[in-house]
Amino acid sequence: ISTLILGEHEGGFLKPSTLSAVSAASSFGKDNSISILLGGSGSDLQKAALHAASTHPVISQVLVADANILMHPLAEPWADLVHLLQKKGAYSYIISASSSFGKNVLPRAAAILDVSPITDVIEISEPYLFVRPIYAGNALCTVRYTGLEPCMVTIRSTSFPPPSIPTAVESSAAPISQVDLSTFYKETGGKSRWLKLTSQETDRPDLGNARIIVTGGRGLKSAENFKLLDKLAEKLGAAVGATRAAVDANFVPNDLQVGQTGKIVAPELYMAFGVSGAIQHLAGMRDSKVIVAVNKDPDAPIFQVADYGLVADLFEAIPELIEKLPEKK
Amino acid sequence: MKVVVAVKRVVDYAVKVRVKPDKSGVETSNVKMSMNPFCEIALEEALRIRENGGASEVVAVSIGPTQCTETLRTALAMGADRAVHVDVGPITVYPLSVAKILRAIVEAEKPGLLILGKQAIDDDCNQTGQMVAGLLKWPQGTFASKVILNKEEQIATVEREVDSGLETICLDLPAIITTDLRLNQPRYATLPNIMKAKSKVIKKLTVEELNVELKSDFEVCQVTEPPVRKAGTIVSTVDELIDKLKNEAHVL
Repeated sequence: ISTLILGEHEGGFLKPSTLSAVSAASSFGKDNSISILLGGSGSDLQKAALHAASTHPVISQVLVADANILMHPLAEPWADLVHLLQKKGAYSYIISASSSFGKNVLPRAAAILDVSPITDVIEISEPYLFVRPIYAGNALCTVRYTGLEPCMVTIRSTSFPPPSIPTAVESSAAPISQVDLSTFYKETGGKSRWLKLTSQETDRPDLGNARIIVTGGRGLKSAENFKLLDKLAEKLGAAVGATRAAVDANFVPNDLQVGQTGKIVAPELYMAFGVSGAIQHLAGMRDSKVIVAVNKDPDAPIFQVADYGLVADLFEAIPELIEKLPEKK
Repeated sequence: MKVVVAVKRVVDYAVKVRVKPDKSGVETSNVKMSMNPFCEIALEEALRIRENGGASEVVAVSIGPTQCTETLRTALAMGADRAVHVDVGPITVYPLSVAKILRAIVEAEKPGLLILGKQAIDDDCNQTGQMVAGLLKWPQGTFASKVILNKEEQIATVEREVDSGLETICLDLPAIITTDLRLNQPRYATLPNIMKAKSKVIKKLTVEELNVELKSDFEVCQVTEPPVRKAGTIVSTVDELIDKLKNEAHVL
């Protein structure tokens, strides 16, 4: 068996979510040959390829697709690239993280290959048996893939921790090969163009990998008040999250949203302030190890999933926490 | 230019779903059903494009059992000009089949835009729009939070909600757009429009008429309840909270 992983890289390194995909791919079987596909251009791509090749012994091969059209995560060239590689490599599985990139590209590629993708997988019980949440996580659905190869899957990185690196790393780095792009992207070329990415500069950890997350809801009342939460996050070395209500009210940008349609997180500690606990929000954080809720309303549904609840005015509780919490190194 | 919008009938977003005791699925009988919220946003966007002169006609399509006509009535009451119901009877059709049916509809209707919700709140698949785009080889703008149509140049500029912020891309028409939550605020159907919608036409089609072969390459084995979190403790002060986090949960 063989697996192709659609890799994502940033600043010359594989993203942690891609390592989660490597973890998931490892559960397809011991004799699984795992290839990571990386696309883009320039020195960052080459550096990421070196990183991928030496990051873990289960990775058998790194495929590098060097083309300007792959610099940005446009679905059209990426899906065509997957199609091209499947024709050459006849992989048993094609897998990616359930990131905005994976969600955009993998189903398109699956349709071109005439197979049903299985998205947002949280558990691989057997090689073709997958568990995925439905109804915002209020039910779990077990599905069996019965179709032709490739079996195409996106995985939730919170459910597949990156593989641990073996202590004695003696194995040599995996081979890196360049993908022949001479026959690539003639038909769909140019129908979509990437213009720009607007993202917030922040020195906070990324929501997806943070050990601690502090989240604000409608109860924060304003963008100004979110700065209070920022201070607490700084003290804890935490990432800041938000509910849909807080994003809709323009307190914070969209990429902070945690929930069914936002980010799915599972930190060690999740602290929710002024969050009522709508099922759509719970869907995004219910797998956190320890959940703390601070809310004025003792009947807020968030208390039903919280390990520790504090019924209090958050404008008093947050400053007190900032004052009393130990300093993080 | 014509805009086609796909709308799905799902369990209403406010219903607390219950898993059936035999684990075959989620209880859907005697449960309030509504148009998928993301589909409402898709329809609203199509209506706004028409009202701004960007399109001449909005066609709503729904694929599913007989009761989908209720969802299409809602679409007509909101302002869609026409509706098409692809009646598949009581069977469940999965995203790849839905995408193939939509491709057949698009080939017949020849719209400049096909707009869909980014996901349905029942199966949370988030696949269909991308799959129709792949089948048609049309460009796709998924998870859209802003759409600007340029009729003269036949392009759409789409702002997308992505993991790291907001991405802007430009698509040549015809194209496919899937909608995120913040694209617009869908309108309510007014009573006069609900009355008017009763006389609008819902065209019925079958998969045989569309010449689409339904194949299934996966099966649902079981649907279960998620693990329940055990009830927690209510603490009374910030000091007690910090103490518990340090000495009981060991997360600080």
